[in-house]
Amino acid sequence: MPIDILMPALSPTMEEGKLAKWLKSEGDTVTAGDVIAEIETDKATMEVEAVDEGTLGKILVAEGTDAVKVNEKIAILLTEGEDASAIDAAASAPAADAAPAKPEAPSAPPVASAPTPQAPAPETAEDPEIPAGTAMKSSTVREALRDAMAEEMRRDPDVFVMGEEVAEYQGAYKITQGLLDEFSAKRVIDTPITEHGFAGLGVGAAMAGLRPIVEFMTFNFAMQAMDQIINSAAKTLYMSGGQMGAPIVFRGPNGAAARVGAQHSQDYAAWFAHVPGLKVVVPYSAADAKGLLKAAIRDPNPVIFLENEILYGHSFEIPDMDDFVLPIGKAKVERGGTDVTLVSWGIGMTYAMKAAEELAGMGISAEVVNLRTIRPLDIDTVLASVRKTGRLVTVEEAFPMCSVSSEIAFQVQEKAFDYLDAPIARVTGKDVPMPYAANLEKLALPNVGEVIDAVKAVTYTA
Amino acid sequence: MAATSKTTSASSKSTSRTRSSAKKAEPAIAEFDKDQELHAYREMLLIRRFEEKAGQLYGMGLIGGFCHLYIGQEAVVVGLQMAKRDGDQMITGYRDHGHMLAMDLDPKGVMAELTGRRGGLSKGKGGSMHMFSKEKHFYGGHGIVGAQVPLGTGLGFANKYRENGNVAMAFFGDGASNQGQVYESFNMAELWKLPVVYVIENNKYGMGTSVARASATTDLSKRGESFGIPGEQVDGMDVRAVNAAATKALEWCRSGKGPYILEMITYRYRGHSMSDPAKYRSKDEVQKMRAEHDPIEQVRKRLIEEGWASEDDLKGIDKDVRARVAEAAEYAQTDPEPDASELYTDILI
Repeated sequence: MPIDILMPALSPTMEEGKLAKWLKSEGDTVTAGDVIAEIETDKATMEVEAVDEGTLGKILVAEGTDAVKVNEKIAILLTEGEDASAIDAAASAPAADAAPAKPEAPSAPPVASAPTPQAPAPETAEDPEIPAGTAMKSSTVREALRDAMAEEMRRDPDVFVMGEEVAEYQGAYKITQGLLDEFSAKRVIDTPITEHGFAGLGVGAAMAGLRPIVEFMTFNFAMQAMDQIINSAAKTLYMSGGQMGAPIVFRGPNGAAARVGAQHSQDYAAWFAHVPGLKVVVPYSAADAKGLLKAAIRDPNPVIFLENEILYGHSFEIPDMDDFVLPIGKAKVERGGTDVTLVSWGIGMTYAMKAAEELAGMGISAEVVNLRTIRPLDIDTVLASVRKTGRLVTVEEAFPMCSVSSEIAFQVQEKAFDYLDAPIARVTGKDVPMPYAANLEKLALPNVGEVIDAVKAVTYTA
Repeated sequence: MAATSKTTSASSKSTSRTRSSAKKAEPAIAEFDKDQELHAYREMLLIRRFEEKAGQLYGMGLIGGFCHLYIGQEAVVVGLQMAKRDGDQMITGYRDHGHMLAMDLDPKGVMAELTGRRGGLSKGKGGSMHMFSKEKHFYGGHGIVGAQVPLGTGLGFANKYRENGNVAMAFFGDGASNQGQVYESFNMAELWKLPVVYVIENNKYGMGTSVARASATTDLSKRGESFGIPGEQVDGMDVRAVNAAATKALEWCRSGKGPYILEMITYRYRGHSMSDPAKYRSKDEVQKMRAEHDPIEQVRKRLIEEGWASEDDLKGIDKDVRARVAEAAEYAQTDPEPDASELYTDILI
């Protein structure tokens, strides 16, 4: 039987990639371990090694092909004694399903476990922060973050970025790609694996007046640095009676990626939002990422900037402006509506926006508020929406207990109790450590179906 | 595991070995002239009298919470202060009153902070453990044991980034020297050749636990060895020895060679904090240190012997110092508490 060579997944979040180059031709002999092709993901170019031995019978996906899905058949390997006649039969057979069986999520409409990279629905409301008539261009969140840092580093020589693999490796998630070349090793600094130490070093440098951007490879590792973030960065301004603060940005991916297990999947927004003296920003779109990161770098306070690995590869329209800065602490009505308010931020917005779109088809008009910043919380924008719709559903991936949703619900009942026509509902991650198994992980995370169910509950249309 | 056994044997003999190596280091003792001796005397005396007054005010209930006195350790910060140049920074833990006085911060502001008054250096919002001054290059005043070490390393990083030739001095105790973040800092500081002098104030007890009961190796000056950071033990009760070592260490850092470790062998006469009865050591031990090694008495003796000051001159200095401290104490008791509106200021800029 000829062997199918399938498009491999080369990172936890990879769904497709570009088949950049074939290093073997049809008819070549292949032994296990030979590099047969190069594949470009959005993060890196990776080599594909053969696992089996034989002769490369047929190349099914030509080099240079973009967006080849993971597990798509890319070539056929003939084993000993087989000839070309075996190819046709093999090529027409369906690709072997290497992915684990996907059980149906209960009561949820079919949705992908991870959102596909797509721009939000065209119903997106205008952003009042973008001047009318501004030309737009497409950008991934990854590029937007990189551009924000590069622009601010050009603007202010005191801005530097440090973290694990930010320089020579070009960023573990390629967020700092190209920065070393432009700004040199003085300002783009690879650190040892020493989160507590380099977070504290960054705070000290900030106290001395520099403007550090400290990248955590993921915020899960920032737990090692929690003391320096909370006790040193957040409290010094107050303890010094306003004499000395720490203008620093801690940034990196936060929350669940895909299949990385309990210790690499936690969402820490609520943890940091608990602490006075910090600002906590959670961008959703590329425009959020660009405008808010630039604002964070300029901010004289410590800012926790929580990105999301899955969003890195998503493309959005962003304004084509020389200096696009968004205000920290201001939410954006991402989609207008009248029947129910959905409040979310970061990756939660992908569920909220899809749900709003599907709800529109069911005749329910949902307004979606993108918080953008968790602390300071723009409760006024939330209240204005709730006073209009009378109903509120919050959406986030974090654990429910003492979550950001809890705080929003508290403030809304406190300040708009008489406007509520139904109890506030929240859609959150489940109250469990993140499991590894694909089906369990999917169950642990919120999904569009849960958002729709919550909306139906608060609008009494279930 | 040859390295381990080597370290262990070194630690058991650390005292004798160090003494001999300290003698070899040169110059082990700085030659002070009359002005330097008088300066050291005045500065150390100010810290001593200030701390005694603070202890008194604490006993009267005017100072609350934690209050860690520096009595006995005065020569350490004064010796370093006399070696530093303008622009060099200091950062320390919670036993910080002496550092602030040595960095020329107003005793009134320090004492008023201890009493939680609006004229305190942090407007009464920091307390005994948290005071800062950008102007005087004093960066706190930190309450989490060891946390000031990465922060001080960051000050050194900023000096190198700005190429300003300044050196940061990060003070911490023998207790803090067992914190992991200290070694994370050592590694980065040596890796990047940052101008930081790590000053370990070994006063022999981390709260109630003696160094020998807390540390697998007790020669703390060697704690940078695996990173290639030079270190030495210094008689922290002799301001001239401190000054000589500090001069050497600061020059090392300033010339771009990276960090340096100074282990100051010192002693605190009082408990860890005001609420510590210090039952973990004998009265004799304390009395012996006071009688034989007191840092201020050593200078006093030399001043008299050299004929640089008479008993009356020294009494005059003592009177001046007492007057300054009394003025600070008076201010700290009469200055009003912060306005209630201050509760919500200085959280964010």
